[in-house]
Amino acid sequence: MDIPYTVEIRRDTGLTNGKIAIWLFLASEVMLFGALFASYILIRTGAPSWPRGSTILNVPLATFNTLVLISSSVTMVMSWASLKRHRFGTFRMYMGATILLGCVFLIVKYFEYSHKFELGLFPRTNNFLAIYFTLTGLHMLHVFGGMCVNAYFLGPGAKQWETNPEWFTNRVENSGLFWHFVDLVWIFLFPTLYLL
Amino acid sequence: MASMETMTNDHAAEIDRHVRVYITVFVTLMALTIVTVAISYLHLPVHLAVSVALFVAAIKGSLVACYFMHLISEKKVIYGVLVLTALFFIALLLLPVLTVRNGFGIHG
Repeated sequence: MDIPYTVEIRRDTGLTNGKIAIWLFLASEVMLFGALFASYILIRTGAPSWPRGSTILNVPLATFNTLVLISSSVTMVMSWASLKRHRFGTFRMYMGATILLGCVFLIVKYFEYSHKFELGLFPRTNNFLAIYFTLTGLHMLHVFGGMCVNAYFLGPGAKQWETNPEWFTNRVENSGLFWHFVDLVWIFLFPTLYLL
Repeated sequence: MASMETMTNDHAAEIDRHVRVYITVFVTLMALTIVTVAISYLHLPVHLAVSVALFVAAIKGSLVACYFMHLISEKKVIYGVLVLTALFFIALLLLPVLTVRNGFGIHG
């Protein structure tokens, strides 16, 4: 049995099922990160003193990572636009760049984490580091998850372009929505943890 | 046949227009990131620093949501889902604060 409304629009929602599903999923993700942001506010406002992020964390490295993630969002949306223009080769180039930029982000985070551990700074050290590692760790898992999905569309999943290009384009768009959400979360995490 | 070709050309032109918007948004996001970092070096008082940083982050977030996630031209159902999400998100942020104000968990 075929999955319904993958390409054609449902009359009641005016959307494909995949589109509404990804937005509902993102709504649940907002609540997940929202709970952690609420915890951050509670811990910070309740603390007698709170370190400025820049005194513990590496701001230039995080700024670089922010620029990397923003660039990856652009390459992601360009990969979808390439499919819309039926340029599969360009899609592969942009999608590859998106995955590569995701890798760069994770490698930079690896160095950041390693440096903290070398200095004896662990999640158990203090509340600031506890919330820092929890929020950035969860965010990194999301980056990794998004990379896996994108790698699937660049690799084995790309076969669908031959059989059902419209569905494939919609799936890449949905994957892109998740990727942009991950970028959006980082846009708020960066000043909150590193600069304030 | 000619009308089909015109439609394809129109579609391509529309995508090209979108691509130009993406590039403009990209440059703006890059610039705003630099602005955010630059402001942090001014060492403003905490309340002001938080307000400014979150304001710039909100602009950047809106740009990503509106243009990269196409929220600027989305269907009503999606807006409905997001309004509901925003309400729950605000409640989620306020609940712990209200709990502290009530004194629960402080003397527990």
